[in-house]
Amino acid sequence: MSDLALTLARIQFGFTISFHIIFPAITIGLASYLAVLEARWLMTKQSVYLDLYHFWIKVFSLCFGMGVVSGLVMAYQFGTNWAGFSNVAGGVTGPLLAYEVLTAFFLEAGFLGVMLFGWNKVGPGLHFLSTLMVAVGTLISATWILASNSWMQTPQGFELIAGKVVPVDWWQIIFNPSFPYRLMHMVIGAYLATALLVVATAAWHLLKQRDHASIRKMLSMGLWLILLIAPLQAFIGDMHGLNTLKYQPAKIAAIEAHWENKGNEPTPLILFAWPDMQQEKNHFVLEIPVLGSLILRHSLTEQIPALKQFAPQDRPNATIIFWTFRVMVALGLLMILLAFSSVWLRLKQQLYQQPLFLKFAVAMGPAGIIAILAGWFTTEIGRQPWVVYGVLRTAEAVTPHPASEVALTLGLFVIIYLLVFGMGTRFMLRLLKAGPSTGEALHGDAISPQLDHATAFTLAPEFHPETKTPASAQSAKHQAGTQADDQSKDQ
Amino acid sequence: MDLSLIWAAIILFGIMMYIIMDGFDLGIGILYPFFKDKSDRDLMMNTVAPVWDGNETWLVLGGAGLLAAFPLAYSVILSAFALPLLLMLMALIFRGVAFEFRFRAKDSERHFWDKAFTGGSVAATFFQGMTLGAYLQGIPMSNQAYAGGSLDWISPFSLFTGLGLLVTYALLGSTWLIMKTDGALQASCYRLSKHIATALFAIIFIISVWTPWMDSRIAERWFSMPNLLWLSPVPLLVGLCFYRLQRALSQQAETRPFLYTLALVLLGYAGLGISIWPNIIPPDLPIQAAAAPHISQMFALIGALVIIPIILIYTAWGYYIFRGKVNRDEHYH
Ligand code: HDD
Ligand code: HEM
Ligand code: HEM
Repeated sequence: MSDLALTLARIQFGFTISFHIIFPAITIGLASYLAVLEARWLMTKQSVYLDLYHFWIKVFSLCFGMGVVSGLVMAYQFGTNWAGFSNVAGGVTGPLLAYEVLTAFFLEAGFLGVMLFGWNKVGPGLHFLSTLMVAVGTLISATWILASNSWMQTPQGFELIAGKVVPVDWWQIIFNPSFPYRLMHMVIGAYLATALLVVATAAWHLLKQRDHASIRKMLSMGLWLILLIAPLQAFIGDMHGLNTLKYQPAKIAAIEAHWENKGNEPTPLILFAWPDMQQEKNHFVLEIPVLGSLILRHSLTEQIPALKQFAPQDRPNATIIFWTFRVMVALGLLMILLAFSSVWLRLKQQLYQQPLFLKFAVAMGPAGIIAILAGWFTTEIGRQPWVVYGVLRTAEAVTPHPASEVALTLGLFVIIYLLVFGMGTRFMLRLLKAGPSTGEALHGDAISPQLDHATAFTLAPEFHPETKTPASAQSAKHQAGTQADDQSKDQ
Repeated sequence: MDLSLIWAAIILFGIMMYIIMDGFDLGIGILYPFFKDKSDRDLMMNTVAPVWDGNETWLVLGGAGLLAAFPLAYSVILSAFALPLLLMLMALIFRGVAFEFRFRAKDSERHFWDKAFTGGSVAATFFQGMTLGAYLQGIPMSNQAYAGGSLDWISPFSLFTGLGLLVTYALLGSTWLIMKTDGALQASCYRLSKHIATALFAIIFIISVWTPWMDSRIAERWFSMPNLLWLSPVPLLVGLCFYRLQRALSQQAETRPFLYTLALVLLGYAGLGISIWPNIIPPDLPIQAAAAPHISQMFALIGALVIIPIILIYTAWGYYIFRGKVNRDEHYH
């Protein structure tokens, strides 16, 4: 096995899963959102909910299709490229993956057809049940795959017999130390990413002067959710970090680019630096004394382990994960800022008009997805050089294919993914630009092709062209009415 | 009770479900070039749009089940066939996204996704077929790992099985369409099916001669004495099904052609099973030798036995909801 082939195999895995994770993250969020919308529609019979349902389900089905095909690649790649891993650790990860297929993938796929195409074929109750099952399925799926990944990060409940992992206690395997944190952090991350997408879409339409009851509803619902969960995400992230400090101290040392402990000096927090793996030091350092100890030890004096305490071949690459981690945290903080400023604007009754805020919201549209990728890069690269932490090294896990073969498949994957998912993104942006329409709700056809591109931003019946511009004074009266109406329902 | 045998049965069942179910929807992609009209193509796609994702999930179950119950087999078989399998997955990407993209595309873009749908279906099927053929020919192993080269899977035999699977899925697709459509589209499917069925019969015949000729162990399995008696119904039933299929097509029956095609596929599948039994990696690694730890097989088995029946129930419900002919004016999408 040449180093080159190993590197290529790692790039291939990282590349394919980075694409995959984007789609499930959005489908996890949208499926729950759709379930909420449909429930609200059944409860209140307000047409905005139905309009939004019919709009977002198109985005959902587009992402779902891409999630399925990119996920299929993952399930087989373990065997084609990581034979050592499958053979040694398959006894644990295999059953977990099998449970994911049995309890989640079939559930999603089985009810997806009815959810997408069954609007006129089953009653409202059964249709809602289908939406709910799909939403539950996405969450179950996340649970199993994260149990598997977390076990690889913090393995427990097994024995090594003749070089192979043999499970001893399934409870310990599934509820391994990092699993609860990772599951919560990932699911909330998915909700955040979706909410940001929804909010950005609404803000974009508002900026284009396309005010509309359903657009306001989108913006408002999304922002309430972000307000609730963005701070929670930071809190869980902090606990996640403490947990990692306990089980994977080398990863935290690399994230903090903390090379050595000098005397009893408490650990500083490095805000900016360029960690240099060769010279074992940081360039261009900007740091705040003691803050590292405060965040990671919740103490003013206690130190954290330093990179030099680990043999050079056991150190993860600090240059990369120092930065990926900071990207994630910075975006998390911006999300909190977005949420807080939305409260302030709500109080000032300017939520739907303030252009600076709306532009900020549009810019934050992809932030959740980027944070998720940055977080995963931190997690996975920080686990190196192990695939199963402390048990199986990445270099032993890989299938010994010749480098030329891996280069070929990697090249093909890159071309195909950029082409196919690039087109997918274009279709999605096209949909988002068209925005929700009210026509569909009226003729009740779940998904119909004519309405997509042609559109035709149809106005809600209660809106007339002359009152369409939102911020303008003429329509202020109408506005105030809708807004009050909106708020009384949301709050 | 031998867990490995139960697991082998579950995985064989999963793969069988996959071949049947994804078979007819890949078949529709394979048949696309025979139908040029946009509304025909929309209709064809709509007959499978609500179910294709579920159909493909059986493929994931096959992979995951193999990893769970026989990690050694999973790692060896998948590394031996890394190239054809990855190529198959890439092809499935094209045909999978085509379901959505075709309907989202502007008129000027649609032809690309039509081609992606056909090309993806054809390539996925062909590589599946080649993998199957190469698998039958055996996988060299040493020290718990694949010991052959990257391109060993290419042989005249595997090329032929690739072709064979294309014909098989095409027949599943065309008889499925007979069941789900009417009018001119259905009439063309009757005509097509007759030709494809004949081709399939020829292919089954050639493979039945080729495999024992290629591998003396397989010959012995089929032609040694008590076996010959026990196994002789298989080829006889193939002949019978083929005859009944042609008759059903001539009589313009609507569901029977699909059912006889299913029977043919199952018989062919059983024939292949008989040829490799009891190995999991031909030519000589038996099922038990690749088994996961007992506790792994047991844990996953409990789930499988409880959940698979439930899956079958709601899958059947889904098919029931979308039963009957698909109309042109029904805008599924
Ligand atoms: C919208 C997404 C998102 C946002 C805003 C954040 N994270 Fe995060 N983070 C993730 C999405 C994510 C993730 C993608 O879900 C990861 C990757 C693996 C995992 O378990 O979660 C992750 C990993 C991850 C890890 C690595 C754990 C490990 O590898 O063992 C830590 C320490 C944090 N996060 C901490 C934080 C903190 C302190 C945040 C403060 C704002 C934060 N995250 C915001
Ligand atoms: C879903 C979000 C995920 C992302 C974005 C992600 C990203 C990555 C990246 C970038 C690598 C390459 C690391 C390196 O080689 O330096 C990697 C490796 C790997 N990850 Fe993940 N990962 C994710 C989830 C998972 C999950 C859920 C599993 C297992 C169940 C997993 C298993 C692996 C394996 C087996 C490798 C290959 C060995 C290695 O290079 O570490 N990953 N991943
Ligand atoms: C944190 C990491 C992951 C999460 C949260 C996740 C979640 C999901 C979800 C929700 C789906 C449903 C389809 C969709 O919504 O797009 C899906 C599809 C899929 N995922 Fe992932 N996944 C992750 C990583 C992986 C990995 C590492 C594998 C490989 C073993 C994998 C294999 C699959 C497969 C095979 C599908 C297709 C299922 C189908 O046919 O319906 N996923 N994933």
